[in-house]
Amino acid sequence: MSTPNYTHRITVQASTEHLSEVRDFVASYATKHGVSSHEVEDIRLAVDEAYTNIIKHAYQYDDSRFVEIVMGSEKDEFWVSLKDNGKSFNPTEYPDPDVEERIKKKERGGVGVYLMKKLMDRIEYHKHDGTNEIRMIKKL
Amino acid sequence: MKNFSINHRKVQSVDILELNGELDAHTAPQLEDHLKKLIDENQYHIVVNCDDLDYIASAGLGVFMAYIEDIRSLGGDIKLTNMNDKVYNVFDLLGFPALYDILEKEEEAVKQFQQGSNS
Repeated sequence: MSTPNYTHRITVQASTEHLSEVRDFVASYATKHGVSSHEVEDIRLAVDEAYTNIIKHAYQYDDSRFVEIVMGSEKDEFWVSLKDNGKSFNPTEYPDPDVEERIKKKERGGVGVYLMKKLMDRIEYHKHDGTNEIRMIKKL
Repeated sequence: MKNFSINHRKVQSVDILELNGELDAHTAPQLEDHLKKLIDENQYHIVVNCDDLDYIASAGLGVFMAYIEDIRSLGGDIKLTNMNDKVYNVFDLLGFPALYDILEKEEEAVKQFQQGSNS
């Protein structure tokens, strides 16, 4: 016996201009579905990092492109997927950064994926028919 | 939509940047502009007061990562103060407390700069 899980989806233009709107949208959905405020904050930041990576790496700041965000919750987990049709980037293969070394080299960035991994319980990457999907799962 | 602003003031010779709102990939360039301007003006004693900073993403941390070496090599520092727990947690996840001077209060940071320049 299975009942369809309630999911929610939005499609947003790939621009940093929409970052706070995306964060608030995901946070308000998670809050409504009983996710604790501490966990909502983790999810908010992980989604910000994933969406920012798509803007930068998958679409290279082409704001005519779109990102689809789908999320849902089941009894003991909350999941959120971000889908794009840009350049592939598999965060699960991205090495953990040495922050001290990066600072010495005056390199910024490269820490967003690490944050996503720390904040969420599981990160998956799927590619199908030119669509990249990053799925992040938080156990509740 | 305006969800971030910076207020710049001086306490004696120390430059204070008060961050207000949400620091992310969209708003980080504003912080970068302020830091660049201070470096151009040879002002290297910088305190970033995070009292009204509600949120930070890695793009915001990236700005601190990009400029700290330059500022320290010029004899200065960026000291971060008055963070709420949520913001501190993000710095902590990335190991920043071992690499940056993060203090409870702005006054302590100012005092440290003053003691340093008098010695």
